[in-house]
Amino acid sequence: MYAYFVSFLLSIVTYLLIDNVVLTRFYGICSFVGVGNKVKSAFSMGLAVVFVIVFATLICFPIYYYVLVPAGLPFMDTVVYILVIACLVQVVGFFIKKYSPALYKSLGIYLPLITTNCAVLGVVTENSNSGFDFGISMANALGTSIGYLLMIVIFACIRMRLDSYSAPRAMKGVPLALITAGLMAMALMGLTGLGV
Amino acid sequence: MDEIARKRHHESFVAGIIKENPLFVAILGTCPALAVTTTLEAAIGMGVLFTFVLLGSNVLISALRKLIPEEVETPAYIVIVATFVTIVKMLCEAYIPNLYSTLGVFLALLVVNCIVLGRAEAFANKNSVYDSFLDGIGNGIGYTLALIVIALIREVLGTGMLTFGDIFTFLKINGESVHLYLLKGPTWDYSIYLFGTPAGAFFVFGVIMAVLAYRANKKKDREATERRARAFAAAEAAKKAASPSTAPLAPKGGND
Repeated sequence: MYAYFVSFLLSIVTYLLIDNVVLTRFYGICSFVGVGNKVKSAFSMGLAVVFVIVFATLICFPIYYYVLVPAGLPFMDTVVYILVIACLVQVVGFFIKKYSPALYKSLGIYLPLITTNCAVLGVVTENSNSGFDFGISMANALGTSIGYLLMIVIFACIRMRLDSYSAPRAMKGVPLALITAGLMAMALMGLTGLGV
Repeated sequence: MDEIARKRHHESFVAGIIKENPLFVAILGTCPALAVTTTLEAAIGMGVLFTFVLLGSNVLISALRKLIPEEVETPAYIVIVATFVTIVKMLCEAYIPNLYSTLGVFLALLVVNCIVLGRAEAFANKNSVYDSFLDGIGNGIGYTLALIVIALIREVLGTGMLTFGDIFTFLKINGESVHLYLLKGPTWDYSIYLFGTPAGAFFVFGVIMAVLAYRANKKKDREATERRARAFAAAEAAKKAASPSTAPLAPKGGND
């Protein structure tokens, strides 16, 4: 039990920093570059992604192991997962709207966009492809989603500062954002070898 | 086939290749562009599979465009795309298992690739099946070319050579992969490991985008200068036309 708990924690750290979702595994680059330099909206987007990834893992894990595998249809995983995620995003939207209108207002337009965020489908597919058990799947979901939240907020802060400096005209905007992301990825490379 | 239709077909085919390149101009589908471009073979494989998915979804969505109600458009598109991704995934696993294991999750992630859904929403649901077919091929070629450019830079700089045969096994010679040494020799090695890592992917993509932005800015500047020159000339001509008696005579008298 103790050993399992340690491996659960280590998995979270691995997926949070060492195998970071955006900078090492490249999930969700579109939203990462697209959200831009507004720290508040980056935080809202990240929070919505945490919600959806955790719930999607909670739902997709039993569907894969108790419905698709016994029925002999594991190859249908992609179609089922994307439907689950699309419905989930709607349902999460309804719930947040009912119980916390303030949060719903701040998440706003980012909720529907999460359906097409690679990070959600990526985590769920990775869990079933790699044959993770429930605990490690949840660790992957938590680590990945919090890693996404962390990186998107840090990135928005850096870009906010960058905007007030003069860069060569050709580098402004997306090219500079990509180079910044590259430098952040290099910083994370220093943690390689720490993992399990 | 009349002239206008032929021009439209040509336009839908060519636009996606360079002018509206999905990766470099529209900046869509960046996740696989960074993840699977460590080797040239993986990039080509990804591009070809992507083209198949885009072609299939474009044609089917265009054929069903009058049947799908507007309210459930996006879910219907996602299911159609997911079906084609599943087909391509199974075929790839059966016939090119090395490519399947190299691409990994990114094959499944084609479902949420912004380009496929983007072309469905922006093109296939408004145009005929034949135009959508051409649009699919054009965008597929454009995306594949973009992936090839990134992968060429990354593989050559990162490993110092190009390797053929690791993924497409039919390229093997005498059971061995073919290595094309470029930055590497028996005694020297100028390869830079960084370019094979995720950080290198961001740098290469960023620099390519900067070069493209530089060229676009230059073109914009030139056009602006030309427009200003034209406007200036027009203003001069108008001034001359307004006072025809004094302007042409004045310099002549001064010279004598």
